[in-house]
Amino acid sequence: MNAQIFGERVIAHAGPIPITATMVTSAVVSLALVSVGAGLARAAALRPESGTASAARLAHGALEQVVVDASGTRDAAVAAIAAALFAFITGSAALGQLPGIRPPTASIAATSALAVVVFLAVPIVGVARRGLRAYLREYFRPNPIFAPLHLVSEISRTLALAVRLFGNMMSGHLVVALLVALAGLLVPVPLMALDLLIGVLQAYIFTILACVYLGAALGAGEST
Amino acid sequence: MTEHAWIAIASIVMAGLTMAVGAIGAALGESRIASSAMDAVARQPEAQGPITRNQFVALAMVESTAIFCLVVALILLFANPFAR
Repeated sequence: MNAQIFGERVIAHAGPIPITATMVTSAVVSLALVSVGAGLARAAALRPESGTASAARLAHGALEQVVVDASGTRDAAVAAIAAALFAFITGSAALGQLPGIRPPTASIAATSALAVVVFLAVPIVGVARRGLRAYLREYFRPNPIFAPLHLVSEISRTLALAVRLFGNMMSGHLVVALLVALAGLLVPVPLMALDLLIGVLQAYIFTILACVYLGAALGAGEST
Repeated sequence: MTEHAWIAIASIVMAGLTMAVGAIGAALGESRIASSAMDAVARQPEAQGPITRNQFVALAMVESTAIFCLVVALILLFANPFAR
């Protein structure tokens, strides 16, 4: 069995740029989510009494409650980033249950990209909402000695976000692949269910952690 | 024994050791989380919903240490930069 754990399967070339399977699957997930989101938004705007509109409002309310609980602020930018992350990671976990498809989040490149999005969103949101001076002052609190530690923690938590998601999704996929190779057709079904549960759980954790980091950059709950 | 064979032996042994030692810490931590959550539910059954939710989040975060060990072990086995 040729286990493909860290490498990427190149399926085509667009000029000098290789097109990997991860790029295709993540594009499929993104397009599906955008179309579902557009459909829900149109239903909520045009037919406010329909079941689809109720589903859209319920999903929006649940996500917003999670964001407010985790970040401590009701901020539209934070909510949009968190909802997009949650939807993408859940969608790729669901897509990974199809036979022969590796979930895009089981590739270290895709999870690193998601973590870099969070890494870049923290200073952008912080500077945009609080101003450059107030944001930079956070690095020198409670004491200027802590500035290098703050910098190291920014980098290490980004690394931890990427590796945690990659390891969980990849290990679930690998266990299912090993069982299919060793045992047969229906044996891995309970483990696939567990894999799906872990995928949703990791999406929730990624979202919560992104909300906590963004909320800290916004200075929420710092009245003490 | 060539140099390549020694690197292979060391990688395999260390991959097993990484998983074994890494799993001990995660297992102890997760069992403490589970027992504390059960204590809390026994004391306050009406708060089971939030306790279970936070328990799952804490479990997944503790489990990520074992997952880091798994990633390191897989790097040693499948993507070892010294075994060319």
